[in-house]
This record gives sequence, C-alpha cells and structure tokens, in this order.
Amino acid sequence: MSTIVTIARPFDPDRALIHLGAWTLALMWILPLAYAVWTAFHPSAYETRFDLLAPLTLENFTRAWTAAPFGRYYVNTILLVTMILTVQLVLCSLAAFAFARFDFPGRNILFALVLVQLMVMPDILIVRNYATMGRLGLIDSILAIGLPYFASGFAIFLLRQTFKTVPRELDEAARVEGCSWLGLLWRVYVPLARPTMLAFGLVSVSHHWNNFLWPLIITSSVHTRPLTVGLSIFATTDSGTDWSVINAATLITSGPLLIGFLIFQRQFVQSFMRAGIK
Amino acid sequence: MLRREWLVALAFLAPALTLLFTFTHYPAIQTVIDSFWSTPRGRRPAAFVGTDNYARLLQDPIFVRAMVNNAIYAAITIPASILLALVMAMFVEGRIRGRALVRMAYFTPTVLPLIAVANIWLFFFLPGFGLLEQLRSLLGLSPRNWIGSPETALYGVSAVTVWSQAGFFMIFYLAALTTIPPSLREAAAIEGCSRWTFFRRVTWPLIMPTTLFVSVNATINAFRTVDHIFVMTEGGPNNASMLLLYYIYAQGFRFWDTAYAATLTVVMVAILALVGIGQFFLLDRRVHYR
Repeated sequence: MSTIVTIARPFDPDRALIHLGAWTLALMWILPLAYAVWTAFHPSAYETRFDLLAPLTLENFTRAWTAAPFGRYYVNTILLVTMILTVQLVLCSLAAFAFARFDFPGRNILFALVLVQLMVMPDILIVRNYATMGRLGLIDSILAIGLPYFASGFAIFLLRQTFKTVPRELDEAARVEGCSWLGLLWRVYVPLARPTMLAFGLVSVSHHWNNFLWPLIITSSVHTRPLTVGLSIFATTDSGTDWSVINAATLITSGPLLIGFLIFQRQFVQSFMRAGIK
Repeated sequence: MLRREWLVALAFLAPALTLLFTFTHYPAIQTVIDSFWSTPRGRRPAAFVGTDNYARLLQDPIFVRAMVNNAIYAAITIPASILLALVMAMFVEGRIRGRALVRMAYFTPTVLPLIAVANIWLFFFLPGFGLLEQLRSLLGLSPRNWIGSPETALYGVSAVTVWSQAGFFMIFYLAALTTIPPSLREAAAIEGCSRWTFFRRVTWPLIMPTTLFVSVNATINAFRTVDHIFVMTEGGPNNASMLLLYYIYAQGFRFWDTAYAATLTVVMVAILALVGIGQFFLLDRRVHYR
C-alpha cells in the first residue's frame, strides 16, 4: 500500500532530502580516498590542479616500488597474516571444542579468563611483551609479531558459540562409530563451523594486515617489517615531500585488501556482521 | 571415565591457554608489579620504589595532558561515530538510488590500514595544498595548518578516527535494522505516526543492544587507536594530540623508561577493565542480548 502511494506521488520532499543526505555523506566519505587515488595516477605537476585531461601515469607507483623494498614488505605481511590465521584457527578450535563439549571443573573461570582478552588486548601490553620477546630471543622476527595474537580470545569465543549449536545426536553417532576426540572435532564440528571460520578469517586477516603499533616496536629490519611499518618509514623519511609518490605507496600497501573488499563486498560485510553479533 | 574426559579437555585447552597466559595475563600482572620498581639502567638493577612512579604520574604535566586529550578524543569520537553509523545505516537501509555504491563509500575506509588513512588525510589537510584547503580558498578563507597548530591538531586526529570507523559500526546497525519487523512500520503508517516518532518510539529502543555493543567498541577504540598519530602529529605540536597509548609508546620505546611506561599501562588497563565491568552489568541488567 505505502509503496503505491510513494510512486504515485510526483515529488516527495522527504525522499529527496534523504537522497541528498545519503549522497552528500557518501561523497564526503569517499573524497579523501578519491583524492589520493587521483594524485597517485597523475604526474606530480597535477597534484593540486584538477584537469580531467591530465595524463595518466604509473610512474609514481614504480618510483615508490623502487625507492623502498615494498616487495619484501609484501612477502612479510603475507607470511604474517597466513601464519597468524592458521595458528589461530587450529589452537582456538581445539580450545573452543574443549569449552563447548566437555564438562570439567573450573571451566567457567577459565572461560572468563579467556574473555578478559577482549578488553585487555596484547596491543596495550607492549612494554612487558617486548621484554618477554627479548628473553625468548625473538626480537625482530615475524614469529614475534604474531605470537601474542595466536591465542585469540575472540576466536575462542566465536567458535565456542558455533560449536554449541552442533546437534548432540551427530556428536554421539560419531563417537559410537569409534571416532576419536580429534576425529570428532575434525569431521563433525569443523565442517559445521566453516561459515564462522570464514568470517573470523576475514576479520583476522584485515586486522593483522592493518596492524601497526606492535610490529613497529618488535621489528627493526627489512626482513621482518610488514607493509604498514614499511609505509610509515617510507612516508616519513625516504621520499621527501613528493605526495604523488607517497599516495602511490599508500595505495600499494592497502591495494590487495581494498580490491579484495570490492570484489567480495557482500562476504566482507556479512562476515563482519556475523563476527560482531554474538 | 569422567576424569579421563577432564584430561582430554585439558590437552585441548593447553596450547591456547599457555599462549594466552604468557601474552595477556602474565604481562598484565607483571606490569602492575613493574610499576612499583625503578627502571634498570646500565649496571644499576631495578630497585623497589613503592608508589614513587605513581607520584610522578600525578605531577607529570604531559600525562595529565594525555588524559585530558584522551577524554576529549573519546568525547568526540564515540558519539560522532555512533551517530554517523546510525545515520548511514538508515540511509542505506531505505530504498534509495545507488544504494550499493553509497554503502561501499561508507564502508571502504574500514578496510584501509589506519597508517595509510593517516597519509591520505595528512595530504587532505595539507596547508595551502590539500583538498580541504583548496575548498576553503574557494570560499575565500585563509589557509590554515589543521594538523600543525595546537588548537586544531586533536580535532583533526579525531576526525580521521571517526572517518575510519563509522562505516564499520554502520554494519552492526544495518544488521539490527533488518530485524525490525515490517509489520511495525505498517502499523505505524496506519496510525499516521511521523518518521521521527517511529524512530524514537520503535526503532531506537529496538536497536538499543546494538548501540551498547557499538559504544563499548567505540570506547575501546578511543584508547587503542593511535596508529595515525605516528604519521600525522607524533603527539604534537607541543603535546596537543598526545594520547595515553602513544605516551606509553614514547616513554617505553623512545626514552626506554620501562618502569614509568608500566605505570602508564596500569592506568590504561584500569580504564579498560572499568569499561569491561560496565559492559558486563549494562548488558546483563538493561538489555537482553540473546
């Protein structure tokens, strides 16, 4: 009924206003990024001059790429996010399975201790964790960047919630068939939790691709630095004030995630939604 | 039989819990202990100093400045992000033209590294050069150094935080809005109730759990997000944009005063613990969170 009324009406000021607001806000939100993209693809002479016919160029990208070891930074970041996600999924599945499936003394206290990490994250405990890494002899290694994040309270929480929805009959049937505990987890629980794992995976990868403070502290050489740290060093020291090149480097570091997001937009949005809503 | 299951459970838990204790619980506790000792320097080992570090804290003008700044930063970014996120979600949820594009524009900043965002905005703010300045000069306003002057640096940094996180929070509101039954809207339309009344009486109460969830996240972020400070201001000018976590970094890794940095960390942990306890009671008492 209401839709017919809306269409029949020639002009609805409310709807026009909503459109105006939505589009103005969208424009404001995309403007800084669009500006960066514009300068990165044009010669630096056009940095502040808007000319639709300005020549396009990839020179800024090649200059940025050759001025700093971005190739190596890429390898480091990819190694880092792959390592973190793999270990997180394995360790946190095991722990979540124990919390969801077994009844043992102290379970609630241990689970509460896991949840503490949602508030007091390793991001804040940088001073002490740096000392621990020093004692383990791990300073300036990719392993050290990932180590504090391996046991993710968030992943354990999410997976436990999902594992609890697994029908008990399925579980018992597998046990009767002589399935071991590990086999049960692997054959019954993990396949049913695949959407949750995908959601967590996207969140984890984008979080650690973008993480900056801890990697900045714990790394000190080209062989370990991830893209974010590499970019900050490049932007502050290597390039002077050539903004076209800095903007190109900025796009280099965020490119894969940005392109991945544009292609898998729906999955991204749904994953973030799924991961955020308990 | 039961005991055997306990052992199995323990085996499953052990790897994750060991790491969790080593990098979350142990450092949190050790940080509190460290705050009562002095920083070891050279051959001089750490000495027990009681509450000296805390006394220093209260007399440290930069710490006070960082706390005040962080309070202002939180007071701006939390409500602004939540309000914008809600507005965005309502825009995108309605039947507007180019919905997918608009939603993409809102959400895109979320997937960018904050450190990259900082570069983009530094350029945007650049005095006499960046886009913001060009727009201002079109309006005949004089050039202004937004990031470089003490009066505006903190606001510039806050704007960047809001820009980068509002789209993220929008997602949660979108999810909440789609759960509101259409029959309610129809009933309201028949009763002739205005959009504003409908929002105030129906939508807002129904999305309250989401608002709380988002508020907690925004609060944590107000203390945790400092990446852009490294590129944009380094806490300056003259500590105008100094935030607590950045100050912890500066004390711990620029001046290598680890005991004092530990003391600052204790303050940070205390704040976050308060947020956590507050969330626990609010979520438990006030709203039902399925």
